[in-house]
Amino acid sequence: MTSVKNALEARQNKEYVSALTELLFQLADDDFILAFRGSEWLGLAPHIEEDVAFSSITQNMMGHAFMYYQLLEQLGEGTVDELAHERSGKKRKNAIMLEKVNGLGTYLQSPKFDWAFTVVRHYFYDVNKKIKLDCLQDCSYEPLKHAAINIRKEQYYHLVHWETWFKQLVKAGGEAKTRMMVAVEKVWNEFDDVLSLGPRGEVMANYQLIDREDVIRQTFMNTIGDVFENLELGPLPKLKEMKKSGRIGEHTEDLEKALATLTEVYKKEPSSSW
Amino acid sequence: MSPLTKLYGERTEEEKYEYFMERIEAGEKIEADDWMPDEYRMALIKLISMHAISEIMGALPEKEWVPKAPTIHRKLGIMAKVQDEMGHGQLLLRVAEDLMKPYGKTRENIMEDLFSGKLKFHNVFHMEAPTWADAGIIAWLVDGAAIITQTNMLNASYGPYSRALHRICAEEVFHAQHGESIVLALAEGSKQQREMLQDALIRWWPSLLMFFGPKSAATTGSSKQDITIKYKIRTKTNEELRQDFLTKYVPRIRSLGLTIPDETLRYDEENKKWIYKEPDWNEFKKIIKNQGPKSMERLTLRRIAYDNNRWVREALQ
Repeated sequence: MTSVKNALEARQNKEYVSALTELLFQLADDDFILAFRGSEWLGLAPHIEEDVAFSSITQNMMGHAFMYYQLLEQLGEGTVDELAHERSGKKRKNAIMLEKVNGLGTYLQSPKFDWAFTVVRHYFYDVNKKIKLDCLQDCSYEPLKHAAINIRKEQYYHLVHWETWFKQLVKAGGEAKTRMMVAVEKVWNEFDDVLSLGPRGEVMANYQLIDREDVIRQTFMNTIGDVFENLELGPLPKLKEMKKSGRIGEHTEDLEKALATLTEVYKKEPSSSW
Repeated sequence: MSPLTKLYGERTEEEKYEYFMERIEAGEKIEADDWMPDEYRMALIKLISMHAISEIMGALPEKEWVPKAPTIHRKLGIMAKVQDEMGHGQLLLRVAEDLMKPYGKTRENIMEDLFSGKLKFHNVFHMEAPTWADAGIIAWLVDGAAIITQTNMLNASYGPYSRALHRICAEEVFHAQHGESIVLALAEGSKQQREMLQDALIRWWPSLLMFFGPKSAATTGSSKQDITIKYKIRTKTNEELRQDFLTKYVPRIRSLGLTIPDETLRYDEENKKWIYKEPDWNEFKKIIKNQGPKSMERLTLRRIAYDNNRWVREALQ
């Protein structure tokens, strides 16, 4: 397929623009909600150095979401802030695993957040994000291809960061390893829809927006499989089928609460300048 | 033979002190490994560890607004700002750690001292920040006040602190601009937004005056300003700094159409100084004993995070 240079060209083909929009919402909402979860950790990380590093990653991720929302804005889906703040849960396309709370309590009260869960979730997410960004280097929609080239440069460091934490805590043994293994199970059990491209995945691949879902899945399983083997964590368990999928707007109460928090000020006066 | 031409190791404590003071008077920088009198070291440890921990605790009132910031740009801006504060905390902790080394103390001791109440964090960070406008006022005026006190120590006689402050001040200027941008948007916004801003200013005004500390030890029973001036760690008194703040910010606040909650506030041309209503120094005394409106809540938050992640720090050792 020949490349599509801009939003105007994309809008010539309804099926193309619909698949593209779907993909962009998944990419944007994934980064946005996980960046929100990251922002809740600010000031609460295991040590001060990590607070600084984690916050950089969170800012980058929110920046990535911003870039994807901007591409949607160009396609006529609404302004960046409308897309980030005004859409109800049903319209959000992020994977369910990414909206889950960080642990017990809230970021304001008794935040007994789970660092092991955070490390595993971010690490697995970033392994998959890297695979998708690699695919997007050949995306038929040029503005998305260029965004992916820029995002991949930053994301490399995120992956290194979480990989280092993952390996270090697993290798530490004792309580750390026990906590990490509990977290791995928790993340793995609901990781299926992170790897999903939703019902229009096939159309996305046909238009060369991104690789086929089964190819992406296989690359992910191979990568994580190698990590498990190197860390002597045994064979990779099969991914569980999930009852719900965020890719079709099915979510949990965790997302509703997150949306209430992140839109609290915006919704006081959505038409005002802030 | 003059004491100062003796080999350094042969000098008496008095001679070392005399040489040390000569260097201070000459404007030389004292470095971490140089000899220094205990009084100087202790004053620095107290000042810098309090500064470090205040940066870290100071992140908490604004942090409340990070996930709630009204737009993606504001979310990114306030996140970067709070991250900077944590970064300043880290930088200053490193400076304090070097100074504490001869006493066998570490960062863990600083945190423990914070939790036990032995180490104080800045009085301004014990206050409530109940609205988005508070986040704006904090970044604009609290950081503005911090720039004034920290600029006063940019040429501090202790080299590592002076160098850290140069970097910190450069970043604080961005913070004040970030705050000013939030405040301007609200000042030019709807009636509800302007009221939110005015309320936040009323809430923060006494804290902003208290920010610089009491005029003298007579006000509250203790003040370290005399020692820090003697050793050229700072140059101006608390009151001089407060006057500088009023000169810089009163006209700016008024130009936004905001009312400063002090009817007596005026500039006395004859004596070239601001006349203002004293904040309640009894309240100040309570705050510095960790009995401010949010003192315990913020300390508890910090302690929960610290205890909750103990296993991670242990795994890294």
